[in-house]
This record gives sequence, structure tokens and C-alpha cells, in this order.
Amino acid sequence: MSTIKTSIARRSFLKSSALAGGGLMLGFSWLASCQTKTEAEILAMPKEWFDINSYLKIGDNGVVTIYTPNPEFGQNVRTSMPMLVAEELDIDWKKVLVEQAPYHPKNFGFQFTGGSRGIMSRWEPLRMAGASARQMLRTAAAAIWEVPVEEITTEGGMLFHEPTNKSAGYGEMASAAVDVPVPTEVKLKDSKDFKIIGHSKKNVDAHNIVTGKTTFGMDYQKEGMLIAMIVHPPAFGMTLKSIEDTQVKTMSGIKDVITIKSYPKDYQKGSFDANAFPEIVAIVGSSTWQVMKAKKQLKVEWQPIAASTETILGFRGDKQTKHIPAGLESTDTHRSQMEALAAKPGKIVRQDGDPRSAFKKAAKIIERTYEAPFLAHNCMEPLNAFAHVTGDKAMIAAPIQIPGFVMPTLAASLGIPVENIDMELTRMGGGFGRKAYGHYVLEAALISQKVNAPVKLIYTREDDMTNGIYRPTYQATYRAALDDNNDLIALHVKAGGIPESPLFANRFPAGALDNYLAEEWSADSNITIGAFRAPRSNFMAGAEQSFLDEVAEAAGKDPIDFRLDLLKRAKENPVGEKNDYDAARYAGVLELVKEKAGWGDNQTGVHRGVSAYFCHNTYAAHILDMTIEDGKPVVQKVCCVIDCGVVVNPDAAINMAEGAITDGVGNAFFGEMTFKNGVPEKNNFHQYRMIRIGEAPKAIEVHFVENDISPTGMGEPPFPPIFGAVANALYKATGKRRYRQPFLGEEHVLG
Amino acid sequence: MAIFNLNINGKKQQVDTDPDTPLLWVLRDHFHLKGTKYGCGIAQCGACTIHVDGVAMRSCSLPISAISEQKIKTIEGLSEAGDHPVQKAWMSHDVPQCGYCQAGQIMSAAALLENNPNPNDTDIDAAMHGNICRCGTYLRIKAAIKTAAKMG
Ligand code: FES
Ligand code: FES
Repeated sequence: MSTIKTSIARRSFLKSSALAGGGLMLGFSWLASCQTKTEAEILAMPKEWFDINSYLKIGDNGVVTIYTPNPEFGQNVRTSMPMLVAEELDIDWKKVLVEQAPYHPKNFGFQFTGGSRGIMSRWEPLRMAGASARQMLRTAAAAIWEVPVEEITTEGGMLFHEPTNKSAGYGEMASAAVDVPVPTEVKLKDSKDFKIIGHSKKNVDAHNIVTGKTTFGMDYQKEGMLIAMIVHPPAFGMTLKSIEDTQVKTMSGIKDVITIKSYPKDYQKGSFDANAFPEIVAIVGSSTWQVMKAKKQLKVEWQPIAASTETILGFRGDKQTKHIPAGLESTDTHRSQMEALAAKPGKIVRQDGDPRSAFKKAAKIIERTYEAPFLAHNCMEPLNAFAHVTGDKAMIAAPIQIPGFVMPTLAASLGIPVENIDMELTRMGGGFGRKAYGHYVLEAALISQKVNAPVKLIYTREDDMTNGIYRPTYQATYRAALDDNNDLIALHVKAGGIPESPLFANRFPAGALDNYLAEEWSADSNITIGAFRAPRSNFMAGAEQSFLDEVAEAAGKDPIDFRLDLLKRAKENPVGEKNDYDAARYAGVLELVKEKAGWGDNQTGVHRGVSAYFCHNTYAAHILDMTIEDGKPVVQKVCCVIDCGVVVNPDAAINMAEGAITDGVGNAFFGEMTFKNGVPEKNNFHQYRMIRIGEAPKAIEVHFVENDISPTGMGEPPFPPIFGAVANALYKATGKRRYRQPFLGEEHVLG
Repeated sequence: MAIFNLNINGKKQQVDTDPDTPLLWVLRDHFHLKGTKYGCGIAQCGACTIHVDGVAMRSCSLPISAISEQKIKTIEGLSEAGDHPVQKAWMSHDVPQCGYCQAGQIMSAAALLENNPNPNDTDIDAAMHGNICRCGTYLRIKAAIKTAAKMG
């Protein structure tokens, strides 16, 4: 048991916020594990609720409502975060109701979804919220029963005093508990005593989802709401010149055509304000189809942008200077640009030993270059937001990953103080990093302000796919020096991209080699980029793990043993001090995947690729089995091992790993965005190939390393290494190494 | 604008709209049946799948003028209490991640089972090919369809 200091806010927002009442019902779901009406009716809604702290209230009948603080985009935090509260509250999961908290950082801390940090950052605070409420209930019972508080035990939402044989439900003590001071310290459970954490709980939203009742941002509806759509420049490097809207304004259902500027002059933008098209046109009308039709008719003249320089405030408070070049960029020119930059000396970011002389005396040098294209996020739910700006107040409901980052921009652009902006966090139909960039929320608010009406902004799929914030295009050249004994004596990596470098200089195999050199480079671009599931790692893992596979082969070693030898060195006698991984845990996932997949038991016609990676504080390893059927690669099975510490909701974590693996296979095979004269060459799913059901792995087996380490991320870590596993299996299957993603593209059939 | 008489989830409905309006937007904007989703608008993703006389169709590419007597069924009308075998199987396999594609997936799966009560993997791949799940829940979708088939 560990004792920790509490920092829980009393629940106050119901009184102070305009969201009181109906607004809070957003994302409301019925009893967490009791999802059919008849069962739900067994537990009638309480007559009275008692606010214990900002995360929970208890009904007089013992039902507990837990506010889930972070926005949901499919990672299932609406289930796993309440599980943390419920565990320490010591309540029966059947008595839990889950409600989405609105944006309210004072009550709910940093509300975000990204970086696989949700559970990690909430692990202690949410358990603390549950534990402190339990403590208050015990204190209340002790006072009423006139017994020492230490003698009061709890179980499943009941309080007991054994010596006097007294018991009461939480509902009976809730009204007294409200007046108990919030304890300054609470004890948290030992992991061996967990009854909810580590035990799979069904998705609390499943019933609503399968019956079509869940409200995504796209589904948000308000009385009198108008529909808005934007028209953005057709190419990166272009901006608005003029519009000709007389005809469109006469079209049926069209209320207005306006232009908006997203940022006030000289506004200090943050890194999540990235937006290639700050000046756009908006069409506002009564129904989606009418606006869509008008959008096609609207005549807009565009003009080239001028080159510019901006200072961006990074989210750690650092300032970066960003150059935005003029001109219309193309994939062809990007490639030659990358080739030229890769040929020049890069910026050295890490050097251990004397790599230059090691390469000079090498018996064998292997050099390979890996490349990957821009990727579009393509969340199934296109970007959208609801906004209603009235005078100096604004009400927003949006699918957004990091509401706190768009708030200052909203306030500045609308000219409204932050405290006058209320925001509901709707469920997101996917995010993958894209919905961390809130320009669409800003646009909705500016449109509402200008047309003086509640507005729902909807991006068409085409708008969404061609708006930017892509995963950048990357390149990496790896060189390995082997000596006469086929031992790896030096490694050199030089990586870059447009417009950022993907390199992590201090990751494996740094630390495992006496001679190591890491260089990077980048080139400016006016195509905007943003976080995409496991940023940078999603390229580096594939390149690095493909290269290590090839080096192992050249050295005549088993690819897993080869990696384990390096990790042994990194563990026992690491080179350098900045290595940012734990070599033992890294080796642990490889050893376990080797055992679980039966590495070495080769089956004819089944080609196996192995890959492992560490990112977002979690370790993941895959063994991927591929067959060739009718000339096409088929992923038969992926065996996956993850070390993310304690797993809060195992079945949901497995679901997410399955998704990450499928996503990775899809992007490795098909994912690609290209440009011609600034124009994205794909604008919908007839051009942008997404993995479909018949192309997904036929089986995925997920294992977790069991330990007591505080949980780390799950959404991203299994994604990057799959690119390496696919590449390595493809090599085994076809005899050909793949260096350029997507590995299949339009080439459906292999020779 | 023109008046159209519709039969949606067993209810007679009337709408006054442009004849080229896709059924998807009639359902969402006029009747606030928001379970049917917009994903691409060009019959490429399946998010908008509904049943027209029992056949799975992409409502984003179906102009309202093409509809007269046909019975339209949306996710909201698949079952009264959310207990259609496909819905039950979806819950028991905990299929959804973000959930956005799932109504379309369920409608495609329900239509498949209507025609083929015992589909094999190839049948499932073919029938569900038009439904993209960006979150990658395909394995669970397949497993859930098989479970639903067993429930009959
Ligand atoms: S929205 Fe109809 S198929 Fe995509
Ligand atoms: S569950 Fe997210 S798109 Fe399918």
C-alpha cells in the first residue's frame, strides 16, 4: 500500500458553468456493465446525488457517476479511466455510471488524448480521487456509528464495522460524506488487491455504438443550427485572392458566403495551431446537401503565398522559428531534394567512439536507404465542430484531442476571454493525432460569430484529406561496419525528412555499440505536418528493424539472437549515458515473443519476420507470419508481446494492439499521399487505399509482460515495429528487400 | 424541392427536399437519424450503409428520388432493444474502438447473414469489403459475424 498526498478539487463547476443541466448529459451512458434496459431498470436512478469530488458523485441508492476526464477517440478511456476511480473507491462496477467531463482543467486537470500518455498520467490522480472519496465515506460512517475510522472496512460499495456488526451502503453515507474535509493523504491499494484493474471490462459505450445512439462530433445537433462548409485552397502554397458568390448566394438553402481569417495579426501561435490555410471561404446554409452543392458552384480565385517566417511556441514553452517557403511542391521534387540533402553532411546529434576509423577498418560495410511517403490520417469521422458564439460567450462541442491547446487561440481570434468559452468533448470517430490540431474548431467558432447563429462545420472527406497535417515524408540511410568475425563494430544512421527529421539519436541500437554516429537533416515545406500515431517512430522503427535484419543476415546470425546480443551489451556495459530505453525490458519482449510464436519451428510456405521497438515508454515485439496466395502477400498471423507495465483493461488493450497492428500492415502495404504542384493527388478513398477486411491479418495474438510497473502507453507502441515485421517477412517471402514504402502500392501481384 | 413519402424503420415519413439529395442527408438532417454516418460520400467506405428492402446499400450515393415504396432500415431500426444477433455478437466481442464505422459494419453484416446464414471467411471478406474500419477492428468483426451466425 502506498500513501500519497491528494490534490482533488471539490466539484464546483455545476454551479459556475453554463454547461449545467443538459450539456452535461453528453456522452452519458447507462450503467457501465448493465447495458440493457431491463437490467438498467433494476437500479432506478437515484432521487438525489451527492458530489464527493470533481470526479464522482454518489446517488442515495448507491449508484456512482464517474466523470471521465479525457476525450475519447477509440482508445476506450471512457471505460479504463473510470475503472481506476472505481477500484480505489471500492465499488461494484455494476453500480457505475460513466459521464464525459466537459473541458474544465480546474476540475479535471490536463484533458488530452495523445502520446499514449492518458492512462500513464491519470494512473495516480484517478485512483487518488476514488481513494479519497472512500476515505470520506469511512470517516462519515465512523462519526455516525461512533467507532474508530480505522476499523471501518469497505467492499463493493458497502461500509462495514465488524466489531459492532454494522453495515451501510455508500448511498446511505453519501450525504454525510459530502461534509467531510477532503483528506490530505490517502492510501492506495497494492496491485495484488485489485478487483477491477487488470480484469477486462466491456466498453461502456458498446450498447450505444451498436444501436447508433452515440453522439460523435459529427452528430451533434442544436436547435436552429446551420451547416457550414469550408473551401480551402486546392494546393499547398496557395491562398485566397477573391470570391465570386452572387450566384451561390441565390441557391436554395444558402444563408451566407463569408471569408474568414483564422488568426489575429501577430498572434503567437503554438505548435498545435499548424494550419496551411488560415484564410478560407465558408458557405453557410440550412442543410448539408444544399451547402455541398453550393460548395461545388462557388467560384474562388487563389493566389500564391509569399515565403514567410513564424515563431512558434512549442508546448514545452520553447520557441522555434519556422520558415514557410513559397512555391508549389511535388513528390518528385521532394525525392530529389531528399537525395541531395542526404548526400551532404548532416547535423551530428550523437557520436560514440570513433565511427570513422571503425568504418575504415571494416571487413564488410552494408549501406541501405529507406524511404516513406507522406500519410494522411483519414479518421473515419471527418473534421467537424459545433460552435455558438453569442456576444462575449461561446459554446463549443467538438471532437478534439487536446482542447486546452485550442482555447487560447479561440479566445484571441474571437476576442472573448477563455473563461467565457464552454466546451463539450464529444466522442471522436478516430483521431490518430489529426484531431490534436484544432483549426477546424476555430473555424466553426469564427463562422458562428460572423453569421451570428449556431453552426456546425463539416469537412467533406475531400476537405479532410487535402487539408494537410500529414505524417511527413522521411528518409534514413543506415551503414553498418562488420569486422572479420562478422561482429558489428560500428553503426551510422543519417536520417531526415520534409519538413522534419525522424531521428531519435538515443534509442537502440545506440548504447549497444562502441562506435556510433547519428546525423540528421531536414528541408522546409509549406505542406503542414502533424503528429500521426507514434510520430517519427512510425518510420524509424521500420527502417531500423529492416536494417538490423539485413545486418544479422550478413553476419550469419539469427535475427532475434543478433538483437539480443546487442541488448545484452547495452544492459551490461552501455555506451554513453543518454540511452533512453531499458535494455532488459526491451530484451524481455523479444525473448517472450520468440517463445510465444515458437520461433524456429518453421512451417513450409510460411515466412516469418521479426521486429521490436521501444517508444512512448512501452516495449513491443512482433513476429509476423506471411504466406503468398495467388501472388499476393497474406498476413496469416501476428504474435505480439507488449510490456506497458500494469494493463488496466486487458481485453480493450488487446483490441487496441490488434488495431495498431492492422493499421501498421495497412500503411506498410498501401499508405501514401503524393503531391503534384502543391495539389494532394488523393482526395478520397477511391484513390487513397486503406486496408480492408480481406487484407487484414488473419489472426493476432497479443501477450503482455506481467509486472507491477505503473502503466505506460498502449495506443502507439505496437504500431511502429509492424512496418519492420512486414518488411522482413516480405523479404523472406519474395527474396527481395523492400526499402520504399508503401511496399505494395498499386502493385497487387507479386511475381 | 419536392415531397417524398418514405418508409423508414417501419414508420411512414414525409420530406420536402431537392430530388438529388442523397438518402444519407435526408436521414441525418431531416429525421435526425444520426446513427448512419458520413465517411466519404462516394460509396467507398460503407459508413452510411442501410438496408433498402433488406439489401445493404450506401445511402450517401442513393438520391432520394430513387426511393418510393421501398422499406428503409437504419441502425436505429435494426432491433427494438439493440438485441439483434449481430448487435449482441458485437457486444460480446467488444468490437468497437472509435465506433464511427460500426453502424455501417453492422448493417452490412446483418444483410450478409440474412442472405447467407452461415458465411465462411471468403463470404465475409467479400460482403464486408466495402466497409472501412480505420481503427482496424476487422478481426473482431469477423469473429462477431461468426458468433451472430451461430445465434441464428
Ligand atoms: S459515406 Fe457512403 S460509402 Fe462512405
Ligand atoms: S471502430 Fe473506428 S473506424 Fe471502425
